[in-house]
Amino acid sequence: MGVLTHKSLSAQSHALSETDKQLTLLKEANIMCFEDKLREADLFPLTVIGIDVFQINVGKMCNQVCKHCHVDAGPDRKEIMTRETMQLCLDAIDKTTCSTVDLTGGAPEMNPNFRWFVEQLSAKGKKVLVRCNLTIIVANKKYNYLPEFFKKHNIEVVSSLPYFNSKKTDAQRGDGVFDKSIEALRMLNAVGYGIEGSGLILNLVYNPSGAFLPPDQGELETEFKNKLKIKFDISFNSLFAITNLPISRYLQYLLASDNYQGYMEKLVDAYNPIAVSSVMCRNTISIGWDGYIFDCDFNQMLDLKVAAEGQHLSEFNIERLLNRNIIVNQHCYGCTAGAGSSCGGEVVKN
Amino acid sequence: MKTYYNPEDLKKFGKVSEWQPELGKKFFDYYGTVFEDGTLTKREKTLIALAVSHAVQCPYCIDSYTEESMEQGFDEEQMMEAVHVASAIKGGATLVHGVQMMNKYKDLSM
Repeated sequence: MGVLTHKSLSAQSHALSETDKQLTLLKEANIMCFEDKLREADLFPLTVIGIDVFQINVGKMCNQVCKHCHVDAGPDRKEIMTRETMQLCLDAIDKTTCSTVDLTGGAPEMNPNFRWFVEQLSAKGKKVLVRCNLTIIVANKKYNYLPEFFKKHNIEVVSSLPYFNSKKTDAQRGDGVFDKSIEALRMLNAVGYGIEGSGLILNLVYNPSGAFLPPDQGELETEFKNKLKIKFDISFNSLFAITNLPISRYLQYLLASDNYQGYMEKLVDAYNPIAVSSVMCRNTISIGWDGYIFDCDFNQMLDLKVAAEGQHLSEFNIERLLNRNIIVNQHCYGCTAGAGSSCGGEVVKN
Repeated sequence: MKTYYNPEDLKKFGKVSEWQPELGKKFFDYYGTVFEDGTLTKREKTLIALAVSHAVQCPYCIDSYTEESMEQGFDEEQMMEAVHVASAIKGGATLVHGVQMMNKYKDLSM
């Protein structure tokens, strides 16, 4: 499959930039069909319990090219949500009772309408969460405004930091990312993010830098807090441990490193039926940069649109969406392994 | 090529119960309990197991607890430090017998 360069798979015209190819590989893994696994405990079909989180991918453009990125994001990706589609999102949100709007990308801040969109969402009184890669804050002076802007709109910031040292972080996210992330975290701390009593939430995301599963969040959070405080005087609120799903660039890594079959077996061995009831797709709707609707960000990247009439925001129908069954495939084992995994970390709490 | 150790055999560990189910069950129940959170956490026990794996030089255990240590969020430096603990104890265990040698030497000398 070749070694990943600093370009996205898409820019390399890599076979794995095609969703059909990814789905074929998922099917070829020698593991039990996920649907059948759900059937064992009478959990199939997987149904919706509501739409509490509106997750919007505002574009695939990013200043980083992380090795595990399920979006295949990068500076060479030009897919960006337009203001018209953002307006469709705002109209759709008004038709739901969702409490949270979760903005992701790419680097969502690189969307030219990001500020406008956040202001509109903030005015609606929703909890707004931005998945900020940290380095964007210091990538260019024009983004230095972000910490104050986030503070003004009481945005919850969620940022990836796979480890508390540069070796592991840079191996996954690119050379120099750790130092820039520390610089950005200091800027966020300086305006109050992650500081006790400020009310400004800064959560970090850990995901394994390799072909292995994440641990329980609790103990690792304690270690992250101690190390970041002692070494860098950095504070944050919570650590989310997220499992890497075998799609896009992480799938490419698994194949290139000859870890694919072993990793899939590991996910199946760690399958936890208790996690199934709390997977994020049951109360989340995921919107693509072009306005199409998906069960989750991973299904979005595999172009598995919702199983309901009206797959685009222009024909948004809340009743149909609430009554749909969720599309599942072999990658779903990633969200049901161990304590489960979601964009908010593990789903089964001890 | 035939070798004494085959990584695939690690997955068959549980099969040892087939020839002695009662003792096998007792062992695996005990094993599972040992690695649960106790006064030491599961995470701490993983690093101890990694060190012991090296001390007993078990390739299955080394594979298993390297992976488990990574899953528990330990990095290379921490894991190598644990191996050095095993090495120091093994080395020390050899060297401390030098005292026995010295004693015997003195006993036999004029």
